[in-house]
Amino acid sequence: MKLKQLEGLLGDLQQFSNPKAENSFGDVSNKVVADLGCGCGTLGAAAALLGAEQVIGIDIDSHSLEIASLNAEDLELDINFIQSDIKNLGWRGQIVDTVVMNPPFGTQKKGADMDFLFVALKIASQAVYSLHKTSTRDHIKRVALRAFNASSAEVLCELRFDVPQLYKFHKKKEVDIAVDLWRFVPKDNQGKERKDI
Amino acid sequence: MRLLTHNMLSSNIKGVANGFPLRIEVEKVVEKQVELSADFLRNLFPKIEWKALVDAARTMGYAELAEEVDSSMLDSNEFLNKFHHALLELHLEEGALVCPETGRRFPVNKGIPNMLLHEDEV
Ligand SMILES: C[S@@+](CC[C@H](N)C(=O)[O-])C[C@H]1O[C@@H](n2cnc3c(N)ncnc32)[C@H](O)[C@@H]1O
Repeated sequence: MKLKQLEGLLGDLQQFSNPKAENSFGDVSNKVVADLGCGCGTLGAAAALLGAEQVIGIDIDSHSLEIASLNAEDLELDINFIQSDIKNLGWRGQIVDTVVMNPPFGTQKKGADMDFLFVALKIASQAVYSLHKTSTRDHIKRVALRAFNASSAEVLCELRFDVPQLYKFHKKKEVDIAVDLWRFVPKDNQGKERKDI
Repeated sequence: MRLLTHNMLSSNIKGVANGFPLRIEVEKVVEKQVELSADFLRNLFPKIEWKALVDAARTMGYAELAEEVDSSMLDSNEFLNKFHHALLELHLEEGALVCPETGRRFPVNKGIPNMLLHEDEV
């Protein structure tokens, strides 16, 4: 996602995250927010601009993290970064309130977004916002509720992604895909000490 | 890397039973002032592994945190200031996080810890 697209995205997110707005959940403002697979840091930056107290961006790729740090600097945002593979992230406790993420859809590796969702629902204590292909909607809901520790799974809105701007390796046929913005609530994690995930 | 981040990360190397807390190797610490939010600190306090924070802060050259704490101290501004400083204003800019069981070093460069595992560690 390009930085210039941030504005549009902010509009979408604001609706769901501003505690004063109607229809919102208060999941971002004054919270600890983690951006899993942060890439160049757009979602984390959005969270910071929406008033998150601390933002943590995690990505496997050092080049992406470098760009993300520069972007954060440009926007005068104070964001924490960690280089890690989400699949074997070593984590303790429930410090993160909310996860925001735009996981890889698994065009290269099938089910990669499910690995992300599994981890997100383990580390978040309050909510997980995530983008997934609309074509996988039923599957996502079933797995999140039955296997992944979600107490609720709700599609907030359907977006259209102009994919070539995001992934250079995609084939032409996937130019425009429908994507759902989800909000998941993890089952009560509070108090359950976990050394690891 | 803030000590907030240190308080969440653990070593996830195959075979390691307790990878928390990671030991800190300091090459360079920087301090950056940020605004204190008392409500934020009060909410966070019960989720912090206190001893890990005290030890980490001391390694980073800040020895002002009390070892024994309880939630009544959250009414004291002096306590909040120290907690805030240790958790959010101290940054490990260069150095490493070290797995407490295996001694494996995870380097920290430009403030970003690299927690990537080698193939034989997964
Ligand atoms: C679809 S991009 C999203 C980037 C960013 N969140 C955005 O919205 O612009 C997915 C990101 O996940 C990262 N990624 C892929 N697999 C990962 C893994 N196993 N662990 C951590 N990050 C991963 C990639 O490096 C990439 O930056």
